[in-house]
Amino acid sequence: MRNKNSLGSSNWLENFFLTRGVSRNKLKQYIFVYVSILPIFCIYLVLRIFPIVSNFVYSFFRAEIGNPTAHFVGFQNFIDLFRDQLFLLSLKNTTIFALFVTFFSVIISLGVALLLSRKTKYGPFMETIYFLPVITPMVPVAVVWKWIYDPTYGLLNYILSFFNIDSVAWLVYPKTALIAIIIMSIWKVVGYNMIILLVGIRDIPEIYLEAAQIDGATRTQVLHRIIMPLLRPIMLFVFVISTINSYNVFTQVFIMTTGSQGAPAGAVRTLVYDIYENGFRYFKTGYAASEAIILFLIILALTVLQFRVSKEED
Amino acid sequence: MNKDKMTVGRIISVALLFLGALIMILPFLWMLSTSLKPTSQILNWPPKLIPETFTLQHYFTVFQTVPFGRFYINSICMATLSTLAILLTSVLAGYVFAKFNFPGKNFLFMAILATAMVPFETYMIPLYLSMVKFHWVNTFMGLVAPYLVMSYGIFFMRQNIKATIPNELMDAARIDGLGEFGIFYKVVLPLMTGSAGALAIFAFMQTWAAFIWPLIITSSKELWTTELGLGMFQFRFSVDMGPINAGSIISIFPVLLVFLFFRRNIMSSMTLSGMKD
Repeated sequence: MRNKNSLGSSNWLENFFLTRGVSRNKLKQYIFVYVSILPIFCIYLVLRIFPIVSNFVYSFFRAEIGNPTAHFVGFQNFIDLFRDQLFLLSLKNTTIFALFVTFFSVIISLGVALLLSRKTKYGPFMETIYFLPVITPMVPVAVVWKWIYDPTYGLLNYILSFFNIDSVAWLVYPKTALIAIIIMSIWKVVGYNMIILLVGIRDIPEIYLEAAQIDGATRTQVLHRIIMPLLRPIMLFVFVISTINSYNVFTQVFIMTTGSQGAPAGAVRTLVYDIYENGFRYFKTGYAASEAIILFLIILALTVLQFRVSKEED
Repeated sequence: MNKDKMTVGRIISVALLFLGALIMILPFLWMLSTSLKPTSQILNWPPKLIPETFTLQHYFTVFQTVPFGRFYINSICMATLSTLAILLTSVLAGYVFAKFNFPGKNFLFMAILATAMVPFETYMIPLYLSMVKFHWVNTFMGLVAPYLVMSYGIFFMRQNIKATIPNELMDAARIDGLGEFGIFYKVVLPLMTGSAGALAIFAFMQTWAAFIWPLIITSSKELWTTELGLGMFQFRFSVDMGPINAGSIISIFPVLLVFLFFRRNIMSSMTLSGMKD
């Protein structure tokens, strides 16, 4: 492997490698690799890895202004969290939000995906329509939904008036506000789940479906015995991704419910909202960091669950 | 009998499909309609989807009473810089991880991928404190910093480069005397423009939609993005629905335009990523 031409090189670093059986070609490649990858890794260190690690450290401290590691308090932040009514409320709200949004959006998406899996003229057009809310940024979407939910002039109350339902100030009361935000969020993610499921359904080999038809299976039987079992891993993926994304809910809550009361508390308190408020309004860095750890652990558990189950499937 | 039932079921389900599509599109139509109505008609009861008279007044108001033009420029600069940085780092790192073996490769790759599993919201506080140390709070650099790299982008480019670029091609270029950087620039880059384009669209849309970080890191209006400006503006002018909806239309316009042009690309690349805002 040793390259004879290079023996006369005066570069000690080059010699170091060359005398250890690394060819000149390989050396050039290493130089390219490290010159490329190390700056990128440094960006990761500063912008991702260091903050992620710091967050763990901060969660064990009580901060002072300008010093996040002022007093070591052990697990005290976590103990306090589980006595904090606002945190418990956020955890409850976020969990309800995540479960409802995930469950209903996946059910609706599955229905839409099954209907669109057949080749039709309107298929691609429908896919685009259902996908529109997904690519639209959250703020304008939240703004228009807030307007739709408006108690006096809102479109929703107008539509409901046809069914003799009295006007509701949707975004003012915690219960209706949570429902309103769940509905809006389902609307936002249905198209996303639909596309993933649609890809999954179309990947099912045509032969299976044809064979079932020849054997005289009804459409319901094909759905239950062939499509659904084969779709299981993708369904699981969609469930987990949707739950993870839902746990991070913030923007629509901030836009739609904080202004309606004018109060900082808001009608719907979610985990990220609580982290934001503790971290950036009250500057309780360590406390907010420990909340972030709880959120991280929930998401980690979901991710691990997905890996476990998808491995078993294989 | 059975056949009949199925067609009836089919008709009902297709009707539901179209009803669903109507619900999907209605908020957009309502947004557009409100933005084009004169103020006097906006609060009319019953509400009408098609305005009696059309006006572009609110679109002018948005730019006159709010520095919306400034927000727009900020968003474009932020999203463009972020897209370029994500493209460069993703293609380069993707290439390195796809085509080279070197000490520390697995460690570096796993470290980068692992960060993708941690949601941004869980480490934004330490990141903010780092920005305080760098004196990047309320600066453009601070605004754009978290959006310079994307783990999914690296992963995506790695998969694509593995699939499209044969090792023989690189060896041939080496024999022809091209250096490693030359191979990347002259051989790899031109072959990867397709998937890099898909990634660029995805990166641009993701940064454009950013909300919580701009909310935290900026304190002066001069740095607000379209999303943040719109979000803040709607609190203050909560009765003035015309300009707010006009602002919404303006803010989704570039995204919709890009989407309608690159529909296929976007839908397939977003489904693989498992992330969205």
